[in-house]
Amino acid sequence: MQKTKFLFGGLLILAAVAYLIVSSTQASKEYFMTVNEVKAEGAAAVGKSIRLSGAVIGDTIQYDAQTLTLTFDVAHVSGDNAEIESQGGLAVVLKAAVADPSRQRVKVVYVGVKPDLLRSEAQAIMTGKLDAQGVFHADELLLKCPTKYEEAVPQQASN
Amino acid sequence: MIPEFGYGVLAVSFFVALYSVGAAVYGAQKKSLAMIESARRAMLLLFPLITISAATLIYLLVNDHYEVSFVYEVTSRSMPTYLKVTAWWGGQAGSLVFWSWLLSAFASAVTIRKWERDIEFLPWVIVVASLTAAFFLGLTVFYENPFMRFWSMNGSVEPSMFPPAGATLFTPQDGRGLNPLLRHPGMVIHPPMLYLGFVSFVIPYAFAIAALITGRTDDRWIRLTRRWTLWAWLFLSFGLVLGGRWAYDVLGWGGYWGWDPVEIAAFMPWLTGTAFLHSVMIQEKRGLLKQWNMILIILTYALVIFGTFLTRSGVLSSVHAFAESAIGPLFFAFIGLTFISSIALLIWRWPLLRAETEMKSMLSREALFLLNNLLFMSVLVVCFWGVVSPLMSELFTNQKITLGPPFYERATAPLFAGLMLLMGIAPLSAWGHSTIQTLGRALWKSALVAAAVTAVAYFTYTSNLIALIGFFLIAFVVLVTAQEFWRGARARQSAQHENFFVALTRLMGRNRRRYGGYIIHISMMMMAIGILGIEIFQAETQNTLKQGESLTLENYTITYREIASWDNNGAGVNYTRAVIDVQENGVYLGKLTPRIDYYFDSQQNMTIPGQRSTMRDDLYVLLVDWQPASADGATFKVFVNPLVNWLWVGSFAFLAGVLFAAWPDKDPAEERSHTRQVAKQPSAAD
Repeated sequence: MQKTKFLFGGLLILAAVAYLIVSSTQASKEYFMTVNEVKAEGAAAVGKSIRLSGAVIGDTIQYDAQTLTLTFDVAHVSGDNAEIESQGGLAVVLKAAVADPSRQRVKVVYVGVKPDLLRSEAQAIMTGKLDAQGVFHADELLLKCPTKYEEAVPQQASN
Repeated sequence: MIPEFGYGVLAVSFFVALYSVGAAVYGAQKKSLAMIESARRAMLLLFPLITISAATLIYLLVNDHYEVSFVYEVTSRSMPTYLKVTAWWGGQAGSLVFWSWLLSAFASAVTIRKWERDIEFLPWVIVVASLTAAFFLGLTVFYENPFMRFWSMNGSVEPSMFPPAGATLFTPQDGRGLNPLLRHPGMVIHPPMLYLGFVSFVIPYAFAIAALITGRTDDRWIRLTRRWTLWAWLFLSFGLVLGGRWAYDVLGWGGYWGWDPVEIAAFMPWLTGTAFLHSVMIQEKRGLLKQWNMILIILTYALVIFGTFLTRSGVLSSVHAFAESAIGPLFFAFIGLTFISSIALLIWRWPLLRAETEMKSMLSREALFLLNNLLFMSVLVVCFWGVVSPLMSELFTNQKITLGPPFYERATAPLFAGLMLLMGIAPLSAWGHSTIQTLGRALWKSALVAAAVTAVAYFTYTSNLIALIGFFLIAFVVLVTAQEFWRGARARQSAQHENFFVALTRLMGRNRRRYGGYIIHISMMMMAIGILGIEIFQAETQNTLKQGESLTLENYTITYREIASWDNNGAGVNYTRAVIDVQENGVYLGKLTPRIDYYFDSQQNMTIPGQRSTMRDDLYVLLVDWQPASADGATFKVFVNPLVNWLWVGSFAFLAGVLFAAWPDKDPAEERSHTRQVAKQPSAAD
C-alpha cells in the first residue's frame, strides 16, 4: 500500500517534469539555420524562431545612430564545423563567402547599438525571425571575428 | 633549462601518482600495511612535486619567458605581476596543472589525518585520488604541456617540448596577453573557487568508492566526509556567485547568468551536490536512501570532471561548437571509464545498501527530503536536456535546434518554486510520520502572514503573477525559518532559565548543521529576491545623446556631461570615460563614469558600467559607442535592475551560513554518536 502510494507519487512527478521539458522545448526552441537553408525553406521559415549564421558583407552595413537601426547583408557559410575546418578554417571560409557574389544572401535588420566587431568578413550569429519579405529581424546579434582568434604560434616577423 | 626542469618534475609526479595507485591496489590485495604506507607516502610526495613544477611555471610567467608557448598565450609585458601569477589558470595547460595541484593538496590533507578504525578505506581513497591526479598530470605531460617552447626551423615556428633537429629557440618580443575580460578581480578568484569546489568533491567520491569496494557500506564514509562535502559545496556555490558578479560587472549586458553551456556545466555538479548534501542526512538519521546517495556522489564526480572539461576546453570562445581539442576524447574516455566502473561497483554492492527501514508517510521529513532530491534531479535533467538538445535533434530529426534562456527559465521556474515550498514545509515535518493536520497546525500562521505580505506587494509594488508567487514563497520560507529559531530559543529559555539571546546562541551552537542550514535557507531567499527583481522587473533603454542631453528611465534621469579618452601605455590600455549626472525624480544624486577600456595587445574592448547600487535597485549605465570628433555624441544603454543587490548581499549571508555549519566542533566524534542515538530512538519506537 505504502509502496504503491510512493510509486504513484513518483510517476506523477516524473510525468510533470517530462511535460515541463517537452512543452518548454516546444515553446522556446530555435532552429539553427544557414542562409541557404532559410532560402530553401522560403515561406515555411517565416515566423519561426531561427538562429542564423552568416558572413557579414562590409559594403552593405548601414547604421542610423539616431534610431539605432542597423542593416546589413550576410552571405551563406556552412554550419558544419568539420566542413569549415577542411576548407581552411573560419577566416578563409568567411573571406570566400564575402568575395563570392553568387552566394545566397539575407538582409538583416537589428535595432540596437552597433557592435564594435561588426565589420566585413565577421561571422554574425543572430537570433530572430524572418518576415514575409525575406528580411531577417534579429533580436540578438553575436559576432565572431577570426582575427581575434589568432593562431597559437606567433608570426616569425614579430621577432 | 628552466622549462625542462618544470616539465621533468611534472613527469616525475605523473609516475609517482601511477606508482601510488599500483602500490595501494597491491597493498590492499596482499593486506600489506607496508605497501599501503608506501602508497600513502607516494601520494604525499605529489603535493611538493607539483608545487615545484607550478612554481617553475609561475617563475616563467612572471619573468616574461615568451619562448614558452603557454607564457606567450596568457601574459604580456604590460600585465601587472599579480595578473601574471594568476594567468597560471588563465589557459588550459596551466589550469590542468592547477587542478592537479589542488587535488594533491586535498588528498594530502585527507591522508594526514588519523585513520585508526577506518584504515581499510585508506588504500582505496588513495587509488581514487591518485588515479584522478594521474589523469590530469598525464594530460599535461603528454597533451597540454605548459612548458612547450617555440622552435624556429626553415622559416616556420613550431611549439614543442624538445628541440626538433636543426631548430633554434624562438622568443617572441611580447606575449598575446590574457583576455582582457579575464583581467578582473572577480575573474582572478572565480576559477580557483570553482576548481576548489570541483576538486574537493573528489574526496567524498573517493570515500564512497572505498566504502563500496570494502563493503563497509554503513554511513561511516558519509560521516568522515561530511565537512569535505560542505566545504566543496561552499566553494562551488561561491564560485558560481562570483562568476555571476563578474558577468554583471564586466560583460556589459546588465545580467549575471545567461544559461550558457559553460555556466550550466558548472551548475550541474552543484545540483547533484546540493541534493547529496540533503539526502545524506536521511541516511544518517534513518538509514534510508543509501543506494541513492551513492548514485548522487558518483554523478557529482562525473559532472565535476565534465565541468572541468567544458570550462577549460575553449568552448568559451565558440558560440555553438565544441572545441576540437585533442584532450576532448580523453576526457570523455576518463569520465566514461570511471562512471561505468563506479556503477558496476554499485550494482555489485546493491544488496548491501538496502534501506534499514521503510519510508512510511508521504509527509514525513524523509519523504519531503526525497522530493527535494527529485526536484534537484529534475533541474539537472532540464539542464542536461538543454545542453544536449542540439546534438539530439540533429541525430533524430534532420533539423538542428537550440534551446536558449527562455527554455531554461520556463522549465526550471516551477521546479525552483517547488524547492522553495519544500524549504518552507520540510523543517516543520517530523521524522518518520507527519500528517496534513500536524503540518497544517505548524504552518498556517506563517502561510497567513506570507499571504498578507503578498497582498501588500500586490497593492504597492506589482501585479505580476510570477513575482507574487515568488514573494509569497519567499515570505513563507523566511517566516517558517524565523519561527524555528524563535521556538527553539523559547523552549530552551524556559527549560534552562536562560536569557533569550543566550538561549538562542547556545541552541545554534549545539546544532550547527541544523541552524547553519536555516541561515543558508534564508540567504537563498535573499538571493531569490534579487533574482526575481532583475528577471521580472528589469527595465532598459538606450539612446545617443549630445552633451547636455538627458535620458530618462523609471525614476532616473541621466545627463551626458563630458567624455575623455587617454592612453595608459604602461598598462597597454586606452580608456574612454564618460561623465554623466544622475537625478532621481529631479533630485541630483551624483555622477557616474561608464568606461570603455581598449586593450592594444588583444585589440579588444571591455565595457565597464557606471553603477549606482541600492537595496531597492541598481542603476546600471553602459557607454556603448562614441564619436570623438563629431556632434553625434555618445550612445548609452541604461538598465534599472530592481532588487538585484539582494542577490549579492544574500551570497554573504550564505557564506556565513555554510561557515557556521561547517566550522569544526570541539569534539565532533562524540557529538555525532550522540545525535545518532537520539535520532535512533523514535525510529525504534515506531
